[in-house]
Amino acid sequence: MKFNYRIIIFAISIIFAIVYSVPSIFQTKWGPKVTLGLDLQGGLHLLLGVKTDEAVVSRVKSIASSVKHYTEHNEILVDSLGVTASTVEFTLLDHDDAKNISKLFADMKGVKVDIKGDSYTVSLTPEEIAKTKQQAVTQAIETIRNRLDQFGLSEPVVARQGQDNILVELPGIKTQAEEQRARELISRSAKLELMAVDEGRGARVSTLTPLDASNMGDEILPDAQMEGVKHLVHEIPILDGGMLTDARVEFDKNNRPVISFTLNSEGAQIFGDFTAKNVGNHLAIVLDGKVYSAPVINERIGGGSGQISGNYTMEGAQDLAIALRSGALLAPIYVMEKRSVGPSLGADSIHASLLALVSGFGLVVLFMIFYYGLAGVIANLAVVVNLFIILALMSLMGATLTLPGMAGIVLHIGLAVDANIIINERIREGFRAGIPTRRAIAEGYSKAMRAILDSNITQLLACTILYVYGTGAIKGFAVTLSTGLLASMLTAIVCSYGIYELFMHRIEESKNYTLWFGMSRRKEA
Amino acid sequence: MELFKEDKVYNFLGKGKIFFVASFILFFLAIAIVATKGFSFGIDFTGGSVVQVKYTQAAPIDKIRESLQKSKLFEHAMVTEFGSVQEVVIKTPSSTVGVNNDIGDMTKEILKGTGDFEIRRVDMVGPQVGGELRVKGLTAFLLTLMAIMATVTFRYEWRFALAAIIAIVHDIVITFGFVSYFGVDFNIESVAALLMILGYSIHDTIIVYDRVREYIEESKETDFVQIINEAVSRTQSRTTLTSLTVFFVVLTLFIFGGDIMMSFSFPMLIGVIVGTYSSIFVAAQLVVWTGFSVADYRQRMAEKVKMHAEKEKMRSQFEGGVV
Repeated sequence: MKFNYRIIIFAISIIFAIVYSVPSIFQTKWGPKVTLGLDLQGGLHLLLGVKTDEAVVSRVKSIASSVKHYTEHNEILVDSLGVTASTVEFTLLDHDDAKNISKLFADMKGVKVDIKGDSYTVSLTPEEIAKTKQQAVTQAIETIRNRLDQFGLSEPVVARQGQDNILVELPGIKTQAEEQRARELISRSAKLELMAVDEGRGARVSTLTPLDASNMGDEILPDAQMEGVKHLVHEIPILDGGMLTDARVEFDKNNRPVISFTLNSEGAQIFGDFTAKNVGNHLAIVLDGKVYSAPVINERIGGGSGQISGNYTMEGAQDLAIALRSGALLAPIYVMEKRSVGPSLGADSIHASLLALVSGFGLVVLFMIFYYGLAGVIANLAVVVNLFIILALMSLMGATLTLPGMAGIVLHIGLAVDANIIINERIREGFRAGIPTRRAIAEGYSKAMRAILDSNITQLLACTILYVYGTGAIKGFAVTLSTGLLASMLTAIVCSYGIYELFMHRIEESKNYTLWFGMSRRKEA
Repeated sequence: MELFKEDKVYNFLGKGKIFFVASFILFFLAIAIVATKGFSFGIDFTGGSVVQVKYTQAAPIDKIRESLQKSKLFEHAMVTEFGSVQEVVIKTPSSTVGVNNDIGDMTKEILKGTGDFEIRRVDMVGPQVGGELRVKGLTAFLLTLMAIMATVTFRYEWRFALAAIIAIVHDIVITFGFVSYFGVDFNIESVAALLMILGYSIHDTIIVYDRVREYIEESKETDFVQIINEAVSRTQSRTTLTSLTVFFVVLTLFIFGGDIMMSFSFPMLIGVIVGTYSSIFVAAQLVVWTGFSVADYRQRMAEKVKMHAEKEKMRSQFEGGVV
């Protein structure tokens, strides 16, 4: 007997398929598994945009802060230091300081300084603006990733999509409250600023408009805890959260959670200088544009640490500490696309698609046996192995199974038997023409081959295009279909032939074509 | 079991005109329906939001509508039952940009007091995303058509390719005429269905073409019409069987997949039927119309064989060192 290499391939395929699909089916601890898409297991999908323009504004503001600190530290007198949307402006009171102040800008990168007499206009170069915008996106991705890692969800995905969008995927979110908390954590800008309270005009705050305040170089900020209370602070912050090195939850004397933060050495220096000069004044601790506290400075504060006290719950304090630690978002983010699926709906979808899978499969299996007899059983066997191979390949690739992917698999069952139908019809034709069994089967396979290849190649091409141009869920659909197509070529063409070869003698001896091929009669050879 | 008489050659082309008229009418009727009724595009394309809410009892749709009316965000909202009486879907063209307080949160707030409910799904697509998707979908479709045109031309002949493309367009237009008529949501899944139908239709067509090519190459028959009748008759059994198995699975998807898979399973269901019809009655016959000549094809084939033989001869001579 000729060596039946096809049945060996079949055996190897079965072993491969079973070994690699077991981890996914039984959710074992070992081995590669198929991950369920968010639409099946429930979870949150967000496509975020970044308002990069605002990153530029805050970059300008931080330049103003540097100018302010530098001039104060070196006792350079300046007048009307202020910021516009893209520039910092100020006037030098003493022309002799011109040399001194140019030292500051010599060290600063990416700025352009226009000097007209003693009035200075500092702006960012176009390259610096572009860089700042890019950085805002990169930094936002890192920040969000850091925060979500610390939040303790399993396998969060944070990735750049396109030029400046961010994709966030959070599987395993169980409740709406949990989703809400995650979203708060993502979106919190966590911008900490220490600002000086305008002591002179502070009392008049309730009568001022924001425009009045801005004309005076001030800003009106609401109190975080007391509704309606407003604070008037100097527009240019003393320092911001970029100089923060650590933030932790601690407890105050009333055993309420507070967040204590530590500044880096530069921040500590600035903070020390400021507090030394402003003993008796108020210092506003501002978080995300709200004043959390404005204590009186009693003495110079060295060491660079401080506290934020609010009416925090333990959970809230922890989230805030995470946000502060992982840094502020340089630019605010907004939602471009959101898809959130509750776990119960995901379970329903799994249930529905499994039901479709099982009943579709049942119908096809019964039909094939009914129509082709044992040849149908062989075709069914090929399809079963085919399904396991799909699962095994997808596990190995670490692919994600989505709802459209499930639909793709169900659809594939109907298509996968097609190769065997083509082959069986060809074999039957051979029988009708009176060709001996062995040759009829061989010719059936070889003749069917060309049509199967032609059509599968065209379909694979379509799948490739679908994958390249599809988004998320559609990609999953393309993956399942093309793996299915490839697997079906193996199982339908090689493996089923192997089975025929194995039983060839019996088929030839029995001459029972009704049993083997579901044919009512045949011409005797 | 055998469905088709084994040796009988059905005269498909004899009744060709009837099918052409039928296809013609259906095709333009579908275009007319799409032109007048349009598609009910899903939020994937238009931007907007879909919120799926499940109540513990029957959903109080009137009450929900009333509550939503008060909010500007839900001014143009549509509330429809989804799957069961407990579940509704709220569809609105508006979307929100806040990460923290989005349309799902607002819905929850607004619907307070309408009963005990759970928000199971929030899909929100901003306006800029939708436009991009439309371009991508259309590009994918056109690229696929071109890829098919190229492969079929390479494997068969350009006339076959052209006929196949016409058949595909025929299938897709008619299918989406139905989608439009029944007001099924046109979503990203519909694009997947469209590309699937495209793949299925070309698959069926190629199986028939393969037979046509085989008969041209192996028989002495010179009447192209006869060749096509023969090829279609011989493949009819397989076309019908495969269509049946595919139809089974699509039907189960349609029945069990529920409303959430509707925009995929409905076009698939129609597409399978139309695709089967066209590969039996339309695709091969279109090749006749494109002016395909069997004699020319055989001559080209003969030349190819001759050239190949000469090449082989040269090579063997060269390898044998006779040159």
